[in-house]
Amino acid sequence: MSPVHYVALSVILFVIGGVGVLVRRNAIIIFMCIELMLNACNLAFVAFASMHGNLDGQVIAFFVMVVAAAEVVVGLAILMAIYRARRSASVDDANLLKY
Amino acid sequence: MTPIGATGMLRESWLLLAFPVFGAVVLLLGGRRTDRWGHLLGAAAPIASFVYAVIAFFALLGYHGPGGRSRVLHMYDFIDAGSFHVNMGILLDPLSISFVLLITGVGSLIHVYSIGYMAHDPDRRRFFGYLNLFIAAMLLLVVSDNYLGLYIGWEGVGLASYLLIGFWQSRNSAAVAAKKAFVVNRVGDTGLTIAIFLMFAEFGTVSFQGVFGSVHSGGSGVATALGLLLLLGACGKSAQVPLQSWLLDAMEGPTPVSALIHAATMVTAGVYLLVRSNPILALSGDARLAVTVVGAVTLLFGALIGCAKDDIKKALAGSTMSQIGYMTLAAGLGPAGYVFAIAHLLAHGFFKAGLFLGAGSVMHGMNDEVNMRRYGGLAKYMPVTFATFGLGYLAIIGIPPFSGFFTKDGIIEAAWDKGGTSGAILAACAILGAGITAFYMSRVMLMTYSGSKRWAAEAHPHESPATMTWPMILLAVGSVAGGGFLVLGQRFENFLGPVTGVPPTAHGVWSAAGGIALALAVAGVGIAWYMYGRVPVPAEVPRGSFVTVAARKDLYGDALNESLLMRPGSWLTRLSVYFDNTGVDGLVRSVAALVGGSSGQLRRWQTGFVRSYALYMFAGGAVLVLLLLVVRL
Repeated sequence: MSPVHYVALSVILFVIGGVGVLVRRNAIIIFMCIELMLNACNLAFVAFASMHGNLDGQVIAFFVMVVAAAEVVVGLAILMAIYRARRSASVDDANLLKY
Repeated sequence: MTPIGATGMLRESWLLLAFPVFGAVVLLLGGRRTDRWGHLLGAAAPIASFVYAVIAFFALLGYHGPGGRSRVLHMYDFIDAGSFHVNMGILLDPLSISFVLLITGVGSLIHVYSIGYMAHDPDRRRFFGYLNLFIAAMLLLVVSDNYLGLYIGWEGVGLASYLLIGFWQSRNSAAVAAKKAFVVNRVGDTGLTIAIFLMFAEFGTVSFQGVFGSVHSGGSGVATALGLLLLLGACGKSAQVPLQSWLLDAMEGPTPVSALIHAATMVTAGVYLLVRSNPILALSGDARLAVTVVGAVTLLFGALIGCAKDDIKKALAGSTMSQIGYMTLAAGLGPAGYVFAIAHLLAHGFFKAGLFLGAGSVMHGMNDEVNMRRYGGLAKYMPVTFATFGLGYLAIIGIPPFSGFFTKDGIIEAAWDKGGTSGAILAACAILGAGITAFYMSRVMLMTYSGSKRWAAEAHPHESPATMTWPMILLAVGSVAGGGFLVLGQRFENFLGPVTGVPPTAHGVWSAAGGIALALAVAGVGIAWYMYGRVPVPAEVPRGSFVTVAARKDLYGDALNESLLMRPGSWLTRLSVYFDNTGVDGLVRSVAALVGGSSGQLRRWQTGFVRSYALYMFAGGAVLVLLLLVVRL
């Protein structure tokens, strides 16, 4: 089978996620966009794994999911803390750590 | 003469150093606990060394045959690094034992004198600690068998001199004088230091035997350089022109210090150094000539200063400078002069110490007044001081049969015998110096002991206690008999000859040059009487001729140093500070400013906006991917 379509879809999803991370201000949305990028990667992994006929890509996809879950846990916790402190979920408001 | 290993009694010669070191350690570390008996221990230490020195002297006298009368006691290996070996040893030979006897003998008397002189000083214990330290360092200087050990002693006496000049630290003038002595001495010490470096570089050794054994192989250039460097060292320590300026200020110290360190012993260390280094001087006529010139100039320089000073101690200090000039002059004359340099040194040690102790006794009775214009008519009130001072006076101006006559006559004659123009000039300087000596010493005598009483209102002159008069009496005996004992019958020549070489021509007691010197001395006494004995001495300082004014100001030695060295030195310092501030610091600061400024710009990138960081990451990632693609293609 040809992975072209899967990879094309993966690229499209990744770019959407990337643009979302760069342009959106709401931290929740940014998180979701990061998830989108991770899953675009997963899709590419799985597609290539299917093309080569081994399980390596699929195993990596599982690892990505686990890491993503952990990342969300930590990230959301930070987000909650920021929201409580600043009454805002905008990442532009949390800009105190700078020059 | 090659010394051989010490045997018998001389194996204990370390005791010489051990006694005063022990005294100094106990007194200086013991603190106030030793206050009550400290002066007794302090006086006992040099006496013990003196007793040992007398025993060692007679042991040496008994030696004949191999090694002559030179014995060396190996102590320990001081430095043993690669090709550099320094063995510490104690060298007892006729030259060093003469000094040891002088240092411990006169030193003991002055210690005893100090018990009385310093009786009312709350810091008497510290004073004795320093004195013992001085005796130990001075003994190390003269008994060491190598230049490094000599150097340690040399610096040790410099330290002790500094501590004792500044003994009354609360007096600003004393502190300044101590500093001045220290600094000027360092200039001279630089010469000695470089001389020792040069010896090691050229001969690979610093022991007397090693250096003297191989100095022939170094060529006359090395010998001249060594001779001149040693002369520089001697100039600093012995207050010879051009490093003379510290000695007059050094009179700020207590009078026993002036007697012991700045008259009898330490200031003669330069003469010891030159005489000890006679194999080096023997190879360089130029260095010898420089030594004689320095000696001749200083003997007139000091004598002139001595003529104008109203401070009794400073008059005597000028005289010390002048007498050491005689010794230096003699030391530059080669084997003809060495014996008389040392003989005059020993005689001078006695009579000048006696004169200083006499001056101290007068000050003691006159509430520490030093201005001779405030003395007068003291002979009746201080008969013992007057008698001993008078005998020292007769000795220093060279009236036969007192000791100065024999020793100074030897030097004048040796200069005369040198021949040629230089010999004539040197002899003329020495003879003229003898006349001036008689003048200024008579002036001191007349202003102090005769004439009208010009005392301060509260002065009650009285004779000093026995601890002070007995040392003066013993020193006076030495001043009377010392010179004749040494010089008559060639006693000292025969004793010292194996170390320094014997004078080529035998000297009679009377000579034409000596006769002229004696006549001039009598004339000097006459002029002094004409000026200070015949008419009353004014209590206020008269204006004086321009020579007198110059001599009062130490012949502008300080002004010369200031304008020639101190001012340019401080300009140089200011220039370096300016260069440091603008040049070096400027460079460093501009580098720092560059880094600081650019990092100030760079940190603007740290905006705090998470989304811009994300953009940087994306951009970076994209660039990386692009690069990878480019490389792959």
